[in-house]
Amino acid sequence: MTVQQISIFIENSAGRLAEATSALGAAGVNIRALSLAETSDFGILRLIVDRTDLAKEVLTKGGFTVDKTDVVAIQVPDRPMGLATILKILDVEKIAVEYLYAFIERCGDHAVIIFRFDNCDQAIAALTAQGIEVLSAKEVSER
Amino acid sequence: MIWNDEFETLPREALASLQLKRLQNTLERVYSTVPFYRQAFDRAGVKPEQVQSLSDLQRLPFTLKQDMRDNYPYGLFAVPMEEIVRLHASSGTTGKPTVVGYTRQDIDMWSGLMARSFAAAGVGRGDIIHNAYGYGLFTGGLGAHYGAEKLGAAVIPMSGGNTKKQIMIMQDFGSTVLTCTPSYSLYLAETAAEGGFDIRNFDLKVGILGAEPWSESIREEIEQKLNIKAIDIYGLSEILGPGVAIECIEAQNGLHLWEDHFIAEIIDPQTGENLPDGDEGELVITTITKEGIPMIRYRTRDITRLISEPCICGRSHRRLQRMSGRSDDMLIIRGVNVFPSQIESVLMQVEGVEPHYQLIVDREENLDSLEVQVEVTEDIFSDEVRIMQGLSDRIRSQIKDMLNISCKVRLVEPKTITRSEGKAQRVIDRRR
Repeated sequence: MTVQQISIFIENSAGRLAEATSALGAAGVNIRALSLAETSDFGILRLIVDRTDLAKEVLTKGGFTVDKTDVVAIQVPDRPMGLATILKILDVEKIAVEYLYAFIERCGDHAVIIFRFDNCDQAIAALTAQGIEVLSAKEVSER
Repeated sequence: MIWNDEFETLPREALASLQLKRLQNTLERVYSTVPFYRQAFDRAGVKPEQVQSLSDLQRLPFTLKQDMRDNYPYGLFAVPMEEIVRLHASSGTTGKPTVVGYTRQDIDMWSGLMARSFAAAGVGRGDIIHNAYGYGLFTGGLGAHYGAEKLGAAVIPMSGGNTKKQIMIMQDFGSTVLTCTPSYSLYLAETAAEGGFDIRNFDLKVGILGAEPWSESIREEIEQKLNIKAIDIYGLSEILGPGVAIECIEAQNGLHLWEDHFIAEIIDPQTGENLPDGDEGELVITTITKEGIPMIRYRTRDITRLISEPCICGRSHRRLQRMSGRSDDMLIIRGVNVFPSQIESVLMQVEGVEPHYQLIVDREENLDSLEVQVEVTEDIFSDEVRIMQGLSDRIRSQIKDMLNISCKVRLVEPKTITRSEGKAQRVIDRRR
């Protein structure tokens, strides 16, 4: 039960981020969650969008280098220790988190956090076993 | 100061007949001892005895750097290993260097030409030569060293690097002559200034600078910043090493090529045709006294022209105008020969795909810098920063391993590298 993430290579030059997001906007793609990892030379923009295939097509046409990766969307109770509980489960199971970022919108009394794991299936199994809710792609895009 | 009055001022006619005699001897020798030359001459339909004038040389085929690689390591040697006393090598495009061997007489001849070159630059006994050319496989360090000893000057075998120590030695030992690359001389001046020293007050009077391209404006900067006369020297390992040609201190205008040991031709690099006297083109050199690895019509890829007008110094040997460029894509970065194809092969190894790349060569704080820009395609792109940085680290360290130069690797978006007529512009050289 993974979600597809779009990642885009962005050179550190003014305007490229704007170009990438306007290309998506013009195609009617809605961005649901995003994170930008940056180094001194380049950045990697990661997006969860409502129409992944269309987004990839539009960006590739626009000359961007685009990749699709499987990530896991997890429902986290929006209260103190909410995230810590989940990270503790992962720690006990020795599952490495490559990176994570939060969804823009809340879902009732829950936040949604996107996790990037090396091994998604192992992570999903460990979390669901502890009663943590993992969201499907459909649930994420309809949110 | 003329080191060898007899040969350096030989009248042109006598010089030409000496050249012809030595050329004929060399051709006889390589024809009988080097299969590569025998086959090449046979293919061209020319026997050594048919070369009856200097212009007959034009009937012989060229020798290319590729021929040296094809005959790696010793295939072009004209004497058995028992006669060889020294081996040097220069970097090659596929990781294999080109190898040159010297007999005892070659070392004597080379030392003599370097001594002659030092003398032309106004250096003599009593001088203290601070030799910051690299010692090792590169011909610069040992070539200048032996020449300095032959001249009777005191030589400090500094080699490259350890710049702060170089400055201390230069000041404490009272070095009067500096031998290094032009960019390193400026780096020395800056490092001295940072340490609170004014290198202009040192005992230095002349710099003998070469192994990389430089310009008149850099000469002015060096002369001003170091308070020295900056003399341009030319050489290449395939022909000999440093000491093939040098400016005289009297004129500082064109580099006297030692024509009693070399025959120079200028050709059109496209057609291979010899050009009229004074035209600019590619320099082709034939060695006429070297024993270990004689070179017949070696294409240097350096662009220059021959100056035939007599020089005020009294030497009869013609001068090469300061090199204005290369007829191939070779770059000289901090004295190291770099071909874009070498970088390309590193990228192929690291990425496993043919990359789009561009080399940006610049001069930062008086040292050559190299930036390798690599376009990030889907094949090499990852959503993880760690993996992308690992990629650029691997490229950087492999380039360092192969070429022994440090560079910066920058990952760029596709199609950001300029393409003209569909062909990528591989090199941007901002040093001039």
